[in-house]
Amino acid sequence: MIPLDYGDLLAAAAAVVALALANRMAGLGVSRQLLWLAARGSAQLLLLGLVLRFVLGTSHPLIVGLMALFMLGVAAREVKIRQARPLAGRWGYLAGALAMFLSSFLFTAFALAAVLGPDPWWAPRFSIPLLGMLLGNTMNGVSLATERLTEAVVRGREVIEQRLALGETREQAVSDLSRESVRAGLIPIFNAMAAAGVVSLPGMMTGQILAGAPVDQAVRYQILILLLIAAGTGFGVLAAVRVVSRRLFDDRHRLRLDRLAG
Amino acid sequence: MFAVRGLRVPGLPQLSFEVPPGGVLAVSGPSGSGKTRLLRALADLDPHEGEILWSDRSYRAVPAPEWRRRVGLLPAEPRFWRATVGEHFRGGVGSLDGELAALRLDLEVGNQDPARLSTGERSRLALLRLLLRSPEVLLLDEPTAHLDGGSRALVIERIHRYRAEHDAPVVWVSHLPEVAAAAERVLLLPEGEVRRVPDPGPASAEGSA
Repeated sequence: MIPLDYGDLLAAAAAVVALALANRMAGLGVSRQLLWLAARGSAQLLLLGLVLRFVLGTSHPLIVGLMALFMLGVAAREVKIRQARPLAGRWGYLAGALAMFLSSFLFTAFALAAVLGPDPWWAPRFSIPLLGMLLGNTMNGVSLATERLTEAVVRGREVIEQRLALGETREQAVSDLSRESVRAGLIPIFNAMAAAGVVSLPGMMTGQILAGAPVDQAVRYQILILLLIAAGTGFGVLAAVRVVSRRLFDDRHRLRLDRLAG
Repeated sequence: MFAVRGLRVPGLPQLSFEVPPGGVLAVSGPSGSGKTRLLRALADLDPHEGEILWSDRSYRAVPAPEWRRRVGLLPAEPRFWRATVGEHFRGGVGSLDGELAALRLDLEVGNQDPARLSTGERSRLALLRLLLRSPEVLLLDEPTAHLDGGSRALVIERIHRYRAEHDAPVVWVSHLPEVAAAAERVLLLPEGEVRRVPDPGPASAEGSA
């Protein structure tokens, strides 16, 4: 493995600065945002490195658990702020948190217990990166699906209420929209699976190979991650659509758009 | 009996009235006076307080979808959401030639894209869609608003025929004098006053039944 120092990273940063300059000369007005996001992303990763060094060094399950919950909280907040009209109140966080907890945590635990089998099973060197990969991808799917669902329900309010008025249940009245939302949430992972290894070289695998891991092991790890992400995203999207669509109706099968914020 | 007791809907006075089987309560009032809000509450589409009873059973005692199958609402602006008109009718419209013809609708309408229907066709088809599900009570929100004189008479006749055949109480939002004339009582909004028809004057105007 060829070690990197901060000077090497500055060279990479020069490429982004060049892009910002090019944007500026073209008058596209995104240079400042580009530089800010590049700096922010780098800072977040450096900070993560510090935290990981601490967490990976620990052998206390409580610290690993707290780290996992913190990641879930940040992901749930991200899902909420990406919505134009999230559920109002605590359900705005809870819907996403619940869906991602059910899917990401479950499949991380499954991969640790049934596939990788580190000792102890929650060993942070395996559990935290796995959970991170799963949460990040599930979060994308969940926020796409819930955004699509709430948007479609607001737009289709009259049709939904007329279906209810004809005696349909809340599940029947939104069935078309639920299906459409699940599909929207799955598009990124479908694309990722279709493009894997043909159009794109997945980041994790590339990183492993650059860091000197054997290629066939890097490939197998990537397949493991890809499959786990597909399952995690799929179940996360299903759960999110179910929780949100249930929350949009009350016990008398009445559409309750007043439960959306904004 | 379709009975409403102490119904409280936001923006409306407290309402109480009864509609006997086969009877008509006409609802009239300027736009924005809450006619549609009243019908939505009766169909249990909006939260509300007070009691609504059909055949002595409270709406609370009946699962909401079943209540709405029994107490059928015809909205003022009906929507169609499937690819063809026919898909909105159980078993298609193939056996409905008589019904379609009676309302002056094209017999081939079943294969049509609902987006291509005129507003008049849409309201007549929505009426058929509702009646063919055999609701026991009818809540009608201006079913003749988009119709010309000839179609209007046919639709009114069809509604009266249904209510006679099924002994169905009808709550009928309309500005038409002929609807009020056929009703036993008229509910005036936003006052919330129920009057006998024909109205003999303010002296005998009465409150809720």
